[in-house]
Amino acid sequence: MKVLIPTPLRSYTGEREVEASGPTLAAVLSDLDRRYPGIRFRMVDEQDRMRPHVRFFVNGEQVFDLSLALRPADEVQIVQALSGGSE
Amino acid sequence: MPSTWKRPATRRRRPAAPARAKRRGGRVLVLVATRKGAWLYRGDAARRSWRADGPHFLGNVINHLVLDPRDGRTLLAAAKTGHLGPTVFRSTDLGRTWKEAARPPAFPKAPEGERGRVVDHTFWLTPGHASEPGAWYAGTSPQGLFRSDDGGDTWSPVSGLNDHPEYLEWMSDPQAGTPDGPKLHSIIVDPRDAAHLYVGMSSGGVHESLDRGRTWTPLVKGLEVVEGFDAAKLNFHDPHCIRLCPSDPDRLYQQNHCGNYRLDRPSDQWVRIGRNMPGKVGDIGFPMVVHPRDRDTAWMFPMDGTSVWPRTSPGGKAAAYVTRNGGKSWRRLDSGLPRSQAWWTVKRQAMAADAHDPVGLYFGTTSGDLWASRDEGQRWTCVARHLPEIYAVETAAQ
Repeated sequence: MKVLIPTPLRSYTGEREVEASGPTLAAVLSDLDRRYPGIRFRMVDEQDRMRPHVRFFVNGEQVFDLSLALRPADEVQIVQALSGGSE
Repeated sequence: MPSTWKRPATRRRRPAAPARAKRRGGRVLVLVATRKGAWLYRGDAARRSWRADGPHFLGNVINHLVLDPRDGRTLLAAAKTGHLGPTVFRSTDLGRTWKEAARPPAFPKAPEGERGRVVDHTFWLTPGHASEPGAWYAGTSPQGLFRSDDGGDTWSPVSGLNDHPEYLEWMSDPQAGTPDGPKLHSIIVDPRDAAHLYVGMSSGGVHESLDRGRTWTPLVKGLEVVEGFDAAKLNFHDPHCIRLCPSDPDRLYQQNHCGNYRLDRPSDQWVRIGRNMPGKVGDIGFPMVVHPRDRDTAWMFPMDGTSVWPRTSPGGKAAAYVTRNGGKSWRRLDSGLPRSQAWWTVKRQAMAADAHDPVGLYFGTTSGDLWASRDEGQRWTCVARHLPEIYAVETAAQ
């Protein structure tokens, strides 16, 4: 399926849009990591929790569960959160 | 608590002559880690002019940038960004190219139903012993100790510390640490004995291991804690920076949240040498720097620890202080620095010495100035201005 990559992670993919596959969001992220080693840990911590400033959208809807089932036609978008802050 | 320290058999063995000669001469490389990237400053032979190489990793939070003295070309950078998780970058060609660690420091996955720890950032990097090429240690926030045996490519937790039964008692609530998160720092490897380690934790105190990190003994006797709290409880201890004297590994200096200290092993009793600082300046600060060849000489950079703890140069008058007698007396070193309105903060990793004779000193401020002295602090000059907030300054011989 199509995965849209935010600018902070394009040092891994080199592209804005890449392909990855898997029956769940977690599996898609693992597949991404096989193709682009290291990318998953920047988004998901060692306890398998989404990092607080990374957001995942599937077909335009934000999702919060890595075990969410996906279909091959789905589109995954990874974005950096609009976290505000002091700078 | 009883000391378990034993004097290593190879006491005060000095580095081999060729390595020592290399360190005392040659060009100096100053490694600057900032909140927005890293810079390498390459000095000329006289350390008068400096060429900036950077930014590397522009926009990345770089907590520490360290050169491996065992090969003179491997650099490790502890990195994260505002959004992404932490990692370590490695260069084996002095920063010309970088590669990410295959397995950065991370706590083990917790059993189902338990809330495991998560590395927020790697804070401190220390090359391993000279006899263990490729070995490195990393300290993280929250407090964790990690080791790599392949030049920083893959990292494993040092379970003897991270899973110590008293971990929570030492380190308290991970949310209750310093403003940037509680940290494990000041990882020291005894140059005489690869198995002999010290670490500092803010909070959590000073700890010593004689068996490569399998077991640990607290080392906090004599250290004060904030008034009204119990010094017997390790989570009230906040060492800011601990340094071992290369010329006498039996001597350590420490800048602590509650003063400046010295320890001479085998004693386990720290002595507050900061009491000998001028009263109006005090002995609070973050960095601690030791002379590469003189055990009695050390530098500190005092900061205002009164009222709400501004953590800025007292009175806005920036200065380093040096002791030449192991802390019996201190002398102000401010020639070349602004005489007033310099409200500087120098973080615990942001001051370092080179190995030249006379020793060069370097410090970076949170306001982005990099300063240097070619004469052990007698006279300071500004090397760079307008950098991002400086987190760490290290030196290396080239």
